[in-house]
Amino acid sequence: MSAEAPRPGSPRDMVAPDGKPLPQISAAMAPFFEAARRQELVVQRCRGCGALRFPARDRCSACLAREGEWVPVSGRGTVFSFAVMHQVYHPGFAAAVPYAVVLVALEEGPRMISNVIGVPPEALRVGMPLEVVFEAVSPEVTVPKFRVANA
Amino acid sequence: MPRHPLCGAAAIAGLGITAQGKVYGQSPLDFAVEAVSLALADAGLERSDLDGLLLNPGLAWTDFGMGSFQLQQAMGLRNLHLLANMSLGGATAGAMIQHAVEAVASGRAEAVACVFSDATLKPPRPSGERTSSGSAYGFARGWEAAYGFFGVNAMYALVAQRHMHRYGTTQDHLGAVAVAQRKWANLNPQAQLRDQPLTLEDYHASRWVVEPFHLYDCCLVSNGGLAVIVTSAERARDLRRPPVYVRGMAQGHLGGDPIETLSSGAVISAPAAFRMAGLRLADVDVVQLYDCYTFTVIVCLEDYGFCAKGEGGPYAAEHLGGPGGLLALNTGGGQLSSFYMWGMTPVSEAIVQLRGDGGERQVAKHDVALVSGNGGVLSTHSTLVLAREAGS
Repeated sequence: MSAEAPRPGSPRDMVAPDGKPLPQISAAMAPFFEAARRQELVVQRCRGCGALRFPARDRCSACLAREGEWVPVSGRGTVFSFAVMHQVYHPGFAAAVPYAVVLVALEEGPRMISNVIGVPPEALRVGMPLEVVFEAVSPEVTVPKFRVANA
Repeated sequence: MPRHPLCGAAAIAGLGITAQGKVYGQSPLDFAVEAVSLALADAGLERSDLDGLLLNPGLAWTDFGMGSFQLQQAMGLRNLHLLANMSLGGATAGAMIQHAVEAVASGRAEAVACVFSDATLKPPRPSGERTSSGSAYGFARGWEAAYGFFGVNAMYALVAQRHMHRYGTTQDHLGAVAVAQRKWANLNPQAQLRDQPLTLEDYHASRWVVEPFHLYDCCLVSNGGLAVIVTSAERARDLRRPPVYVRGMAQGHLGGDPIETLSSGAVISAPAAFRMAGLRLADVDVVQLYDCYTFTVIVCLEDYGFCAKGEGGPYAAEHLGGPGGLLALNTGGGQLSSFYMWGMTPVSEAIVQLRGDGGERQVAKHDVALVSGNGGVLSTHSTLVLAREAGS
């Protein structure tokens, strides 16, 4: 859903050792992935009005202020919705289908696309409590994912 | 309430539909030329009568920015007073007609062609290997690719899943839309799936694309072109075919995140369009709702007020039986089963029905048609109320 262009020089088809695509990390999204390497989940907070937002934007759409900062969030959330992918859009997912893509509603408000680890697609439910985990998909890149949280 | 000055002021006088579907060897520009030529012939107009040209370029248009000028040059059109590319996704067809009506009513232009064409399907390769139009349909190649999140099907599936969770919409409800529309398509000579019947069992047995969407929840992909000619009501009455009057029109773009509201812009465009038309939903005889997915139809049934919010699923299952059903909706088979010319598919079927040209699928009472257009993921919306009479 992010329309921003890949960072200049970022190859379009970089793949992780497991064959899945590495995230194309724009300059705007780089702090998110840098934080993930530190095992920290962050979202942007507007310095103008304090609204939280994700993914990265140049400006706050509420108050239009340009200034924003990345702030840590709890890593807790719930399944807001999910979709089970059956078609292979990238060869790296050929062995993974069917797999679920989950829209996570963070406790603090913003929503993010992710995967839930350890739950087969048919067992996923909207509203399931989640907590963040960090998966090193390559030596350089870590992506936040989620697992079911113990209540 | 005084009559809206633009209500019935303009009419659709010509309709051109090229061959649709797996039609190869023509560029999108060439399909557009052919569609406009067919629409002019239908109206009984000459190329020199056109002084306005609005284009919604499909995905295969490569020189996107100046497509309308390319089309002008390709057709040798001179001295246009209105020329533009328009791009609101599936809401564009309705929006083009709205701009054309305003241009005609204000005297800026006399006859405006509104055009869509596309050619993303490629011929089967000699080796027989599967071809795909997938690359044209928006791979989300950014950071989300790492999670395996690709394409607009998945984006819509998230919204549909949320609707199912909040309102209890079921797979059977989605299937009811697909089955009903296929029954209409089975009577439409121009429908790509005319010869393929579909039962609810077939629907459930069809492969998943992205849950909760089976194959038959998703619209077709079509090569082809489609054009309409808009002119003044007065002039339309002197032309070859019966005028289809534009009685009401509006747009609705809600902003925000549709996965929260689970609503399309019809919630604001429908009241505005009906107010302009001086008509109510109960006056509508045939309904053409934009159907990129079965789910979109269910949401729009709610947003147009056919039923309460959240009741679109049960309403569809009860009212959409195809021919003979309680509601004559997407009577050509829609984009799920006839052809996918973005918003031009519902527009064209409304014209066919209002003129009484529906043949085997003609609806008996066909005085007023409601047409919707939806772009993005419930992002943009246009509404047209079209009628056989200009109203008084």
